[in-house]
Amino acid sequence: MIPASFDYHAPGTLPEALALLSKYGDDAKVLSGGQSLLPLLKLRLGQTGHLIDIGRIPGLEYIREEGDFLRIGGRTRESALESSDLVRTRYPILHDTAKVIADPLVRNMATVGGNLAHGDPGNDHPATMLALGAQVVATGPKGERVIPIEQFFLGLFRTALRPDEVLTEIQIPVPPARSGGAYLKLERKVGDYATAAAAAQVTLGSGGTVERAGLALTNVGPTPIKAADAEKFLAGKRPDAATLGEAGQRAAKAASPSADRRGSVEYKREMARVLATRALRLAVERAGGR
Amino acid sequence: MQPRTTPEVGGMGHSMKRKEDPRFIRGKGNYVDDIVLPGMLWMDIVRSPFAHAKIKSINTEKALKVPGVLAVITGETLAKYNLHWMPTLMSDTQMVLPTEKVMYQAQEVAAVIATSRYAAADGVDAVEVDYEPLPVVVDPFKALEPNAPVLRTDKKDKKDNRIFHWEAGDRAGTEKAFAEAEVTVKQDLYIPRIHVASIETCGCIADFDRVNGKLTVYMTTQAPHAIRTVFALVAGHVGLSEERIRIVSPDIGGGFGGKVPVYPGYVIAVAASVVIGKPVKWIEDRMENLQADSFARDYHITAELAAKKDGTITALRMKTLADHGYTDAAANPSKFPAGLFSICTGSYDVKKAFVEVDGVYTNKPPGGIAYRCSFRVTEAVHAIERVTDVLAQQLKMDPAELRMKNFIPKEKFPYKSALGWEYDSGDYPAALRLAMDKIGYHALRKEQAEKRARGELMGIGISSFTEILGAGPSKQFDILGIKMFDSCELRIHPTGKAIARFGTKSQGQGHETTYAQIIAEELGIPASAVQVEEGDTDTAPYGLGTYASRSTPVAGAAGALAARKIREKAKKIAAHLLEASEEDLVWETGKFSVKGAPSRSKTIQEIAFAAYTNHPPGMEAGLEAVNYYDPPNLTFPFGSYICVVDIDRGTGMVKIRRFVAVDDCGNIINPMIVDGQIHGGLTMGMAPALLEEISYDENGNIQGGSFMDYLLPTAVESPSWETYKTVTPSPHHPLGAKGVGESATVGAPPAIANAVVDALAHLGVKHVDIPITPEKVWRILKEKGVAE
Ligand SMILES: Cc1cc2nc3c(=O)[nH]c(=O)nc-3n(C[C@H](O)[C@H](O)[C@H](O)COP(=O)(O)OP(=O)(O)OC[C@H]3O[C@@H](n4cnc5c(N)ncnc54)[C@H](O)[C@@H]3O)c2cc1C
Repeated sequence: MIPASFDYHAPGTLPEALALLSKYGDDAKVLSGGQSLLPLLKLRLGQTGHLIDIGRIPGLEYIREEGDFLRIGGRTRESALESSDLVRTRYPILHDTAKVIADPLVRNMATVGGNLAHGDPGNDHPATMLALGAQVVATGPKGERVIPIEQFFLGLFRTALRPDEVLTEIQIPVPPARSGGAYLKLERKVGDYATAAAAAQVTLGSGGTVERAGLALTNVGPTPIKAADAEKFLAGKRPDAATLGEAGQRAAKAASPSADRRGSVEYKREMARVLATRALRLAVERAGGR
Repeated sequence: MQPRTTPEVGGMGHSMKRKEDPRFIRGKGNYVDDIVLPGMLWMDIVRSPFAHAKIKSINTEKALKVPGVLAVITGETLAKYNLHWMPTLMSDTQMVLPTEKVMYQAQEVAAVIATSRYAAADGVDAVEVDYEPLPVVVDPFKALEPNAPVLRTDKKDKKDNRIFHWEAGDRAGTEKAFAEAEVTVKQDLYIPRIHVASIETCGCIADFDRVNGKLTVYMTTQAPHAIRTVFALVAGHVGLSEERIRIVSPDIGGGFGGKVPVYPGYVIAVAASVVIGKPVKWIEDRMENLQADSFARDYHITAELAAKKDGTITALRMKTLADHGYTDAAANPSKFPAGLFSICTGSYDVKKAFVEVDGVYTNKPPGGIAYRCSFRVTEAVHAIERVTDVLAQQLKMDPAELRMKNFIPKEKFPYKSALGWEYDSGDYPAALRLAMDKIGYHALRKEQAEKRARGELMGIGISSFTEILGAGPSKQFDILGIKMFDSCELRIHPTGKAIARFGTKSQGQGHETTYAQIIAEELGIPASAVQVEEGDTDTAPYGLGTYASRSTPVAGAAGALAARKIREKAKKIAAHLLEASEEDLVWETGKFSVKGAPSRSKTIQEIAFAAYTNHPPGMEAGLEAVNYYDPPNLTFPFGSYICVVDIDRGTGMVKIRRFVAVDDCGNIINPMIVDGQIHGGLTMGMAPALLEEISYDENGNIQGGSFMDYLLPTAVESPSWETYKTVTPSPHHPLGAKGVGESATVGAPPAIANAVVDALAHLGVKHVDIPITPEKVWRILKEKGVAE
């Protein structure tokens, strides 16, 4: 567990970082919390000539509601999310998620931006962001662009970010009244990646029917999975047990897990169903629908 | 037990804070990897990606060009000195580096010596090895089939893959008892391969001084003296002589049996240092540790009980296949190839018993080390405690009642077991009764019935184990011929303080505290003024080391007896000082006084001073003693554990709701340390029950060779352990103590497994193999049609 050699850069400003990224191109990697990248380097599963540490760039760590969005700085740590009152009271799904990522040591280092940028279907935030309908701000040499989260995850460890871009902000639409969300994760032990997990974000209409449902799954496919069919199915329905159960079924159909030490394909698919149903139930409860 | 000493003296029974902790807590421990010697080089190891393959060639050219790389050592290099093979502690043989073929994945193939740790790793990457894969034998049952490839082609006459056949007990009598039985049950169980996964990995610094011809090895070993002798025996022909070998075990971050064997890395580092003449450091990384160091368990057991209809057990039979990997590198006493597995009649008065074990070679790393299990006791206890529940289920009897009915009664001790052990003392019903009271057994059974009616799954599991430890009496116990005594050398300084050195080696057990408390108990010298040292073969007396819970039973006894020798001499000095006759002196903690005249007394401190300043004419000056303790028997701690689990019908997740542990380890030296041992042991016992397993695919690829998949439990997975004690002293141990280091690891797994099976019993489930993963449980729920 000794990495091959590389050069380390610690730019003090975003433009400097972007210049370095442009200069070294494919031979450079952004280093954020390092909790995914460094293990890869140490196991020599990955190698890079240059690490561009964005940790000294001021102004990338924040959590605030502004305009129609909750804005999370790209380098905001998981531990900050976990201890934020704003997140806990207004975005319980994010609080749920941050709490079950790795362990406190990792959460002190790991960042929300890195969690998305890594493109790992085992990471927990992608599903949450899909359920919330978030968007990602990428800053490159030519300035900023906004990427809707549904277009962000392209494949295993592949995202819409270009090698010369830094993920600078995550924008989550401020949920309307009567909204609730939940993230439920099945893990073998604390710190484990999910055997399966489900993120649900629900907004109820005045009549108690579902106005909008966001539902997504973690680690049951090569990318995080948006359960679009289940979301559509739920819209306009009364969220009773049978309906939520059916939505869970539909979500599980969207999963395409592969077998590993965490479980067989069959088990993971079933867990996607069980967790999606339970997460929806909790989200509805939190939205005030019992 | 009320302590006999004041807290200031801190003898037995005081929960004295651990003397070693200030340095550990402040990060001032001194582990092998903390040691840096001038001119030191680093070693890293090239490992095989194949489980069985011929080595066609090793090309070191590119590696030698990597900046900082000085040398690449291969089997051919070592063969020149006849050091490419070495004996195991079981008198089998094992490769240091291969010359012909590799026999398990992650086996050492070559070693790179470099000026930095990083250069060494780069060098490893650059070594090119050409392999030709050979057929792989993973399944130990298949290994014994007639057409299986013979793995140990290095052994000229070896025609199969059997290592040993071992048996104990009365085969014919047991068969008869089974034939005549009213009820019999039979259960196959697998105790999976697991790894000790100590937080500190293995490593060493070998430092050969060319001028003096002296070899010093700083090394993560639980048995420094035995290692020194092994080195002298193995490398005598290249000029290493025992008086010029010094093994130093510094602070050790967990051993659990995994730091008893001699691993190839140690030997290569020594060879490298001898050849190069500079210190060479080798420290395994986590994955090397998990994938290549010796494993534990891996027993395939068929357990059977015969009984009367009323539940009286009449006979026991166990047949076992032991997967040892490619060599028998266990660290059992020589005469016990299956360790103390014949404790498998457990806590029950079984009249007839027969047990047999066959050891088998496979293409896996060496297995069979005693991972916190006192030599195969975990396997034995799991089998008996599981099959006892199978019998209870068959008889529709409450498992507590069945146990009570069959316990060896208190008045039968010392008790001779059907498999030949003499249990020293015990009160088994008392321990189980206390556990039942503390957990509220009958109320839980009622709750369970109500929950079942509602479709909820909850189970209660019992394990009433008997441990066997303290190896051991010299007539039966040796390792490579060296008898399993242990030792203490105790010296009292003129000002009445002491230094005590032992042949054992703490790896976290707290010897510096408990040994000091033993001396304090015997001499009245405050434990805080007794310095305990272990682990340096140049200074400590010879001993066999720390494993199998033997330190208190054997070395602790040596400490007490050395102190008593000192008391004898102190009495003579006191008589001289008090101008009284020895017969007129009485000892009470810390001083001798004249019978009937208590004011005429001399404290141990005054006596110690006199031993150097005013000793009686004709007596040698000084106050020191040595004891080599040869235990008359083993000790047999025991306990009863009860576990309550709830099962999630959606996910199959098992949650331990409560766990009550009643332990009896005889007289207790430091209650806090004993509790610490039990807490840790319970967590380590929960691990294989629910989480840990090392398995291999059909090509011998390790599954779960990192902490990503080898699931070490944390505080989050652990319930709040509830611990209680009963005290039944050992009649033959000088302190009445029995040892406790492994009771909980041994006793916990079946309590948990029994609880899970109990939760599912009404669905017709009789057994689930450990580790009981959520998916395993979910499959059962699905098959039985009760999954959410
Ligand atoms: C023991 C352990 C357990 C873990 N368990 C979990 C878990 O249960 N759930 C979970 O979700 N995660 C888990 N993780 C992963 C952890 O949360 C990661 O740290 C996180 O996914 C990545 O964040 P980071 O800040 O550490 O990114 P880094 O490791 O620094 O980077 C990861 C990747 O993203 C790129 N990158 C990072 N930030 C940016 C940016 N701002 N712009 C552009 N590219 C960027 C990097 O170049 C790199 O390719 C675990 C990690 C460890 C070590």
